[in-house]
Amino acid sequence: MNTTSTLAAAERASASAPAVAAAAAATGMLTFRLGAEHYAIDILQVQEIRGCEAVTRIANAPRSIKGVINLRGSIVPIIDMRIRLGLPEASYDAFTVVIIVNVGARVVGMVVDAVSDVVSLGPGQIQPGPAMAAIDQGCITGLGTLDDRMLIVLDVQALLADLDAP
Amino acid sequence: MHGDDNDSDDRHDDVDFDMSEFLGLFVEEAREHLQEMEALLLALRVETVTPDELNRIFRAAHSIKGGSATFGLHGVTELAHVLESLLDLLRERRLVLTTDMVDALLRGSDMIGAQIGAHEGGPAVDPAEVARLCACIRGLADGGAAPVPAPAPAPAPTTVRAAPAARPIGVEGVAFGFFDDDDDDEEARDASGVEAEAGAMLRTAAATAAEVDPTSTSTASTRDSGSAGSAGSTATPAIPAAIDASKPAGVATSAAEAVPAAAVAAIAVAASPPASTTPASTAPPAAPVVASAPAAESSSIRVGVEKVDQIINLVGELVITQAMLAQGVQSVQGMESVEGGHARRLEMLRAGLEQLERNTRALQEAAMAMRMMPVSTVFHRFPRVVRDVAARLGKEVELKLVGEATELDKGLVERIVDPLTHLVRNSLDHGLEAPAERIARGKPLKGTLTLSASHQGGNVVIEVSDDGRGLDRERILAKARERGIVLGEHPSDAEVWGLIFEAGFSTAERLTEVSGRGVGMDVVRSNIVGLGGRVEIHSEAGVGTRMTVRLPLTLAILDGMSVACGGETFIVPLALIVESLRPARDAIRTLAGQGRVLQLRGRYLPLLSLRELLGLDAPAAAGEDPAAHGDGGDEEGIVIVIDSEETRLALRVDALLGQHQVVIKSLETHYRKVPGISGATIMGDGRVALILDAAGLGRLASRQRRERATAVPSAASAAPAAPVVAAAATPCGDSNRSMSCAIPAMADHAASGARPSHHPLPSAARPAP
Repeated sequence: MNTTSTLAAAERASASAPAVAAAAAATGMLTFRLGAEHYAIDILQVQEIRGCEAVTRIANAPRSIKGVINLRGSIVPIIDMRIRLGLPEASYDAFTVVIIVNVGARVVGMVVDAVSDVVSLGPGQIQPGPAMAAIDQGCITGLGTLDDRMLIVLDVQALLADLDAP
Repeated sequence: MHGDDNDSDDRHDDVDFDMSEFLGLFVEEAREHLQEMEALLLALRVETVTPDELNRIFRAAHSIKGGSATFGLHGVTELAHVLESLLDLLRERRLVLTTDMVDALLRGSDMIGAQIGAHEGGPAVDPAEVARLCACIRGLADGGAAPVPAPAPAPAPTTVRAAPAARPIGVEGVAFGFFDDDDDDEEARDASGVEAEAGAMLRTAAATAAEVDPTSTSTASTRDSGSAGSAGSTATPAIPAAIDASKPAGVATSAAEAVPAAAVAAIAVAASPPASTTPASTAPPAAPVVASAPAAESSSIRVGVEKVDQIINLVGELVITQAMLAQGVQSVQGMESVEGGHARRLEMLRAGLEQLERNTRALQEAAMAMRMMPVSTVFHRFPRVVRDVAARLGKEVELKLVGEATELDKGLVERIVDPLTHLVRNSLDHGLEAPAERIARGKPLKGTLTLSASHQGGNVVIEVSDDGRGLDRERILAKARERGIVLGEHPSDAEVWGLIFEAGFSTAERLTEVSGRGVGMDVVRSNIVGLGGRVEIHSEAGVGTRMTVRLPLTLAILDGMSVACGGETFIVPLALIVESLRPARDAIRTLAGQGRVLQLRGRYLPLLSLRELLGLDAPAAAGEDPAAHGDGGDEEGIVIVIDSEETRLALRVDALLGQHQVVIKSLETHYRKVPGISGATIMGDGRVALILDAAGLGRLASRQRRERATAVPSAASAAPAAPVVAAAATPCGDSNRSMSCAIPAMADHAASGARPSHHPLPSAARPAP
């Protein structure tokens, strides 16, 4: 299972990345890919990265909740980010990974197409996102640009809000 | 902190306010000691009593005495001291144990319990009664002292007298620092002539006593290290005193007084030399004293709950790992390619795993037992509650506590207090009549409220019963009508009584301070249900009411049946399962718009399909099943009859897998509550299985029915219903129509007309962890 090794690789990748101007206030971001889009979340909220494994489905759950897994004795829900963000569903392949995030006391897994990089983004590099119909505004902190890529910066806390919905 | 009230034998209720925190600790410890003492006494055989048994009882009494002296509970100290003196004589074999003594000792421990209870708000203890018991025990000690087998009978009675004489000292002194009595030291030094060998023996014995005392009385030393320290330091002057004491027999009596009672070890040795003429023979009595003292601190240990929980969690993981290994070995064993030497090695591996399973299970039980607490920790508060509430209501109530030693999980103990308190208050307020009314009804003036606890199967059952007026059926029904609650034409008693658990339901004629606002009974029930338990009411007008609370033994582990459904594994709590069966086709009927029912021995049970309820896929292996998406999909599988809260229901699943003991994990920690699911567990293969919640499934079903009814007019369910109803015309309902399925494999063949199962039962069908 490619758990933390992926993260380590990603970190190595970031070390070789060009230094960012506003390094002082920069935040480490883990970027991942969903389809052709690149997303970023705060690296501090990432606990580990795991391979995709069989989940136990949960009855009457929102469609984005794939189910739960056993994470070293804890029962952890798994969210499919494509469904959560309203993207077309994709079949899982060798690159499909689960990012385990830790927000507050809660641990949740997010299924993404692939993890790409760890980058540093200063506040100046993130601008408020335009209103987009496809994605609920609440989840998007802003848009960042790195090299030629557009990074959609997500608010993990807001993403997990529908775990609490009745 | 207590040396200043040495003249206050009569103020035994008086405890400094700031001590209350530590007093609680003492009370807890003292109760443990009392419990141990009682258990040991009850197990004693007068004829075959061993010094070890007596030593253990002695130590319990000794510890209580120490603690109580520290807290100025003089009544307890006095009684404990008298008990201790008698026990000392017994373990020194100066007295022969009799049944009378055991009785007296038991009464003594009861009395101490009552005295401690009085400090906790229980009924006060009559000092005269205590004095009578003390006198009685002293009498036993004195009277029994005569047949001491010692060659010189004189010193023995002296020692006995010395012990009670030391009592006031014990009261005024610190826990065990009885060495520091200067006058007595002087007296001891007045004695003349030294027998060298005996002196040497005594020196070691006294030194050991001095060393041992502060540690063995940890209650004293932790709470008041100052006084314990002084006990240790003042032990040094006691050594010369003890040496002096070993002077010729004539003066030894004063020596026995000089190192008085509480320095038990010293007294034992000091009193011994005169009893025998050679120093060699003093060794035997000294030996057990020295040997026994250090053991005193090992009887119990106080550990933080989180440490215990950590162990329990780890053991839970161990159980899972063990199951995983077992499954691995099983799958290898099933392979055909295993041959010769490998097969033998595999067999060894399997045997080792079996051993591991036994050990793991034992370890798990032991770890779980650490969390178990006697229900008395809950019951203790009720004498006070009852007294206060009864006084406020002007009622006379006698509280009976039964089965206080019943053990249950600590988590349950803490969370059952509020619901129980509510039930007790409710009984006091609504159940029991006022004295005048009781007399008018020819009942005894004093009402009786009984709190009892017991183990029944895998449950702890706690009952609150009173001999009051019982519930008023008519008034409850009237209230229900008033509130618009609809019941059947002839509701059963259980249904009617169940109404009082509805939110906002109160039939009290007037609001009282105690209860009657209609807030509470619904909370009581939801609390109890939240603990995995349930509450039932039995009531008879004019005779009384009994509320029965059933709780699981523990919150952490569950005996469950694993079932397969829609490609997933679920756990059904074994306690809920009444039976499982493969129903004959015509035992299943439909009700228009109401789903299906199963006819079982003349009764109709609502039949729910787990697959439909939870929106699961049709089983993956059943690709050829033509009716997998319709009602026909339910023709497969097995029905489990579940007993939930008030009603029974039948649940259709694909297959039974086996019986497991599972570790309950919360879904809510990282997710949320899921309707119909009470939790999750991790199976042997590391996958997650959800634990079904029967009551929740029932609610889920009725919710889905309502939703369907509003969304789609009944057409959908009516069509397939017709043939089934037609089939129902044939008489049926006998139990022979539905195969009992205790051995699922057999039922597979037995079910007539059923297609071959798509779910051959895996080997897991045998009980697994």
